[in-house]
Amino acid sequence: MRSADDPGGDAGAACGGVRGGGGTRREPDEQTAQWLAALGGSGSAREQAVTRLHELLLRVARAELGRRAGRHPITGPELDDLAYQAADDAVLAITTKLGEFRGESQFTTWAYRFVVLEVSSKLGRHFWQRPTVALDTADWERLPDRFGISPVDHAERRDLIAAVRRAVDQELTERQRRVFIAIVVDGIPLDALVAQLGSSRNAIYKIMFDARRKLRAALAANGYLTASAQEADPEHHQVR
Amino acid sequence: MAGWDELDRFLQTDPRDVGCEQALQILHVYVEAVLDDETGAEAARRYPGVEAHLLSCGPCAEDYEGLLLVARADLA
Repeated sequence: MRSADDPGGDAGAACGGVRGGGGTRREPDEQTAQWLAALGGSGSAREQAVTRLHELLLRVARAELGRRAGRHPITGPELDDLAYQAADDAVLAITTKLGEFRGESQFTTWAYRFVVLEVSSKLGRHFWQRPTVALDTADWERLPDRFGISPVDHAERRDLIAAVRRAVDQELTERQRRVFIAIVVDGIPLDALVAQLGSSRNAIYKIMFDARRKLRAALAANGYLTASAQEADPEHHQVR
Repeated sequence: MAGWDELDRFLQTDPRDVGCEQALQILHVYVEAVLDDETGAEAARRYPGVEAHLLSCGPCAEDYEGLLLVARADLA
């Protein structure tokens, strides 16, 4: 199982599915050229470059974990340990995938992406060390809170729960139902669900994307929401 | 009926949405396009599928914001 969505591949190839085309290769700036020469070399110069890269990515990991403070419960030495783990894994991935860098951005921007994604992945896994909710709890009474309905609006809460629950039961596959309930009803973070199911962010997002489209169509057909022309043809959706 | 409106916004899907895998593969390129034009208009013009995805996917939007911040700060 991958520890994070693999960001190292060929961005140009990926852009085949990204409207507007992909990135453009360009002459590397001086800093990028220095990184590539040092990391692609050997001996002590390479070792020093790897050390510098680790120091840099550790700063990024700490900054990113700090930016997300309040959205995770981790503090103190545990937080720094997570930053080290993210930097370690990012450096390993970058040195392994160095040949895949296509020069569409500065080297550092490309490298930062690895460590930011590692931070996300590790926070997702960490969720289950002190989970705030168990998988498959399915407490439907919490659903209206997700959409900002006041606890005193009893009728609106009851109607929304009944309509959505009926659509979930009737329209979704078992896997779509499980993922939708985990994320939307139980409030489990998507990356935490990815870790729990041993899946990928893209796969879970795709399941949610299809579930959202089906639920919206059903709720529109039953007069709860206004019909949307965009949703009529699933073949035109790009999410794969 | 704000709750229904909020639910409607959540359930809306954009056919241009490329998904997490493709968006993350070029996130570094997208971020530099935003740094070149802070309005984000050029990035959105060049990568409409990525923009659509980032508007809909919380985890990828979080990664985008983090990457944009550190790239802008130039910690190197």
